[in-house]
Amino acid sequence: MNYNLTNLRELEAEAIHIIREVAAEFENPVMLYSIGKDSSVMLRLAEKAFYPGKVPFPLMHIDSKWKFKEMIEFRDRYVEENNWKLIVHYNKKGFESGIGPFTHGSKVHTDIMKTQALLAGLDKYGFDAAFGGARRDEEKSRAKERIFSFRDSRHQWDPKIQRPELWDTYNAKVHKGESIRVFPISNWTELDIWQYIRLENIPIVPLYFAKERAIVDINGSLILVDDDRMPKDLRDKAEMKMVRFRTLGCYPLTGAIESNADTIEKIVEEMMTVTVSERTTRVIDFDQEASMEQKKREGYF
Amino acid sequence: MNIKEFLDQDQKKDLLRLLTAGSVDDGKSTLIGRLLFDSKKLYDDQLATLKRDSERVGHAGKDIDYALLLDGLKAEREQGITIDVAYRYFSTKKRKFIIADTPGHEQYTRNMVTGASTANLAIILIDARKGVITQTKRHTFLVSLLGIKHVILAVNKMDLMDYSKDVFDNICNDFKEFVTRLDIPDLHYIPLSALKGDNIIEKSDNMTWYSGKSILELLESIHISSDRNFVDMRYPVQYVLRPTLDFRGFSARVASGVIRKGDTVMVLPSRKTSKVEKIVTYDGELDYAFPPQAVTVTLEDEIDISRGDMLVHTNNIPRVERHFEAMLVWMDETALDKNVQFYIKHTTNSTKASIDLIRYKVDVNTLRKDETEELGLNEIARVLISTNKALYFDPYKKNRNTGSFILIDPVSHNTVAVGMIIDRMSIKDMPLKITKGDEEKIIKGQSLISSEERQNKLNQKGATIWITGLHGSGKNNLAYSLEKSLFDMGATLVLLDGKSVRSGLSRELDFSPADRAEHLRRVAHICRILNDQGIITICSFISPDENIRNQVADIVGRDNFILTYLDADIEYCRSNDKYGLYKKAENGEIVFMPGVDIEYEIPESADITLRANEKPEIVEKVLEHIARKKIFPL
Repeated sequence: MNYNLTNLRELEAEAIHIIREVAAEFENPVMLYSIGKDSSVMLRLAEKAFYPGKVPFPLMHIDSKWKFKEMIEFRDRYVEENNWKLIVHYNKKGFESGIGPFTHGSKVHTDIMKTQALLAGLDKYGFDAAFGGARRDEEKSRAKERIFSFRDSRHQWDPKIQRPELWDTYNAKVHKGESIRVFPISNWTELDIWQYIRLENIPIVPLYFAKERAIVDINGSLILVDDDRMPKDLRDKAEMKMVRFRTLGCYPLTGAIESNADTIEKIVEEMMTVTVSERTTRVIDFDQEASMEQKKREGYF
Repeated sequence: MNIKEFLDQDQKKDLLRLLTAGSVDDGKSTLIGRLLFDSKKLYDDQLATLKRDSERVGHAGKDIDYALLLDGLKAEREQGITIDVAYRYFSTKKRKFIIADTPGHEQYTRNMVTGASTANLAIILIDARKGVITQTKRHTFLVSLLGIKHVILAVNKMDLMDYSKDVFDNICNDFKEFVTRLDIPDLHYIPLSALKGDNIIEKSDNMTWYSGKSILELLESIHISSDRNFVDMRYPVQYVLRPTLDFRGFSARVASGVIRKGDTVMVLPSRKTSKVEKIVTYDGELDYAFPPQAVTVTLEDEIDISRGDMLVHTNNIPRVERHFEAMLVWMDETALDKNVQFYIKHTTNSTKASIDLIRYKVDVNTLRKDETEELGLNEIARVLISTNKALYFDPYKKNRNTGSFILIDPVSHNTVAVGMIIDRMSIKDMPLKITKGDEEKIIKGQSLISSEERQNKLNQKGATIWITGLHGSGKNNLAYSLEKSLFDMGATLVLLDGKSVRSGLSRELDFSPADRAEHLRRVAHICRILNDQGIITICSFISPDENIRNQVADIVGRDNFILTYLDADIEYCRSNDKYGLYKKAENGEIVFMPGVDIEYEIPESADITLRANEKPEIVEKVLEHIARKKIFPL
């Protein structure tokens, strides 16, 4: 008899346990779906957790209205094919007043269209637990976050009063209005995610793979010309480049990297040799010192 | 090797979770930084940020300050200390690693305990210049308390001690002397210099006298897969899946042992049995599942099972009790209030719990045990806990998953304490104390009626006739006959027996020694109240424990307490056993049956001893005693 689990299967079992625990202990959980590769992995884990039953909670996508078109196409197709219950929420007021990264800068855009939209979405449906696909190896302040991360009634995170979290015994007690963010893939690394996608044949947005794309170099970030909301003077500078994206978000805030990697194997190979950590392609992290921690305190993931 | 081969190999690696304990000064962050850096995990841009930060706030002079890489949060960076647990990831050709990086400061015991709870291995770091200090002992104690089986004592900064073998040997000897008092099965000693890279990745040329492995070689080779408990099958049901009318699955993460298709399993607490029909997963059915796999099981029979129940093998059952002793680590700023009922979460089971008694507090620095009534932040104590419903548990030493629990404050909802259940106790050690002795303060209203007035009116003295004896010895018959005779003679009395009290007043209590004690404590207090009003009580209870009977007598008042022992052999009792309890106890269907699995202690000095039989003369004997003592008639 073999009683050994590989590290991926161990991480998988840990995540399934966490997901089931939330479904059992909370009244109204939701899984935040960002359409990215980590979300895709999380969805597969949720399917596994409740097989042969259906996943007993909905997905919610916070649409900043500036996501890559290919992401939205992928989302709609994937959700339909797999029969997921999806809530799409966006900041209507922000959208109607034309908030966007080109006109208002990354900070205002992220705050209004992402953080505020997320908080309003959570409040609107009264979710008491929200799964997120964050990993501890992504960023320094995340390295210290709990798997069950407590948020007060204003969705704020206080790193100083985190609940102790031992073994796999999670404290799911909240008062009305308070909530828990849950990170079932906390202990996964970027390589684990790619390995799992490869092993499980999990569909991901094609933007992750290298292709000739129309790209503008904006202050060193390679930005895709995704629609004509990009100012014309920038669009005119576009060049075709072989690029791919390591992370996905709002297209004006997500830099591509030049790459020929068009398969998962090649992506991993590239990752292992040319090494730039993945969040550097996200423009929003550089706004201010310790900016991710700041955003997390304010309620962003 | 091409990338496909790399990936195929990589996905088969196992995972080792390790804890690093030591203070900032011991070079802990440098060691971790090295492991990450040298195993090529540090990405170029993280390194660039690091260099920039080091110049600004670094504490390492011109060298790269590896600590900055690890201390995540802003406030901590400014203070130059780590104040929480941070998790780090790296991998080598052989293994993947998760490091729980915890601080060494005294006030942060809770963080270290947190990091240790999931670790397979601990690195305890010592500064070669300082040797074994109080902090080392504290860390080692916590590591052993949390049941980490593999410990590496890393003697760092050897470069500052001329790489001296004597220095290293002395430190190791000091440590060995201390560690024999603790329970750590696998210990390793390594001399190193994290700053210079000695014995980190490769063996150092500076310490040729050291014959062991480098720290990374050791981390890669320590055998951990047999650390899990594959013997005692525990399947704590987490979620019930009912997607269709004909599928009822019980999802869980196997806590320990191996569950196989076709196994006969018992469900706790109902003790119903069935067979494992299927082990279902998204990736197909399995023949068996083992920890830490998360699967779904279906059973052949339809049995009512819900979250918190546990499947076990019929020949290997955990303890099923409401009382246990545990080592408790207090983690909250607010000290323990023994009047609070906490939520307890144990596996997937939740209920309420109270801390009945603090046996002693352990000083983590000296390991001294002190009596105490208080428990505050970062303090560790051995306590006695009672829960509102039974838990199914094993001692933590044998089973990390079923031997651990957390306590949650009912108001703040903070996790205020965590506990590790201690080995099976003999019944003698159980909480059999039901009187409070000297502490007790009798608070009574001043009645306007004197006891004499009551006695004269009722023509009797309040007293308790306590009948003890095995189940089936005829206690109840005696009690009812006695009641009838006394009633006919004009006495005023109340009869109490197991059925009448357990159906209401003691309905949440079971038959475990501790619950039996609580049950009898309640009965004793009723008797006392009734006796005070001049009423005679007749009590019929097995009450197998001499110690408890004595305490009942104390509560009631020795002068009014008439202990009546109904002496019967077990065969006689069996033949009188209307409910077949002896048979059930012998088959293991019920537990705590006096005369079967727990002892019935014969009273040392009963007021009346009667040989059990059906004849009316035994009633006469009791009546005579009552008359002689001038209880009734006066």
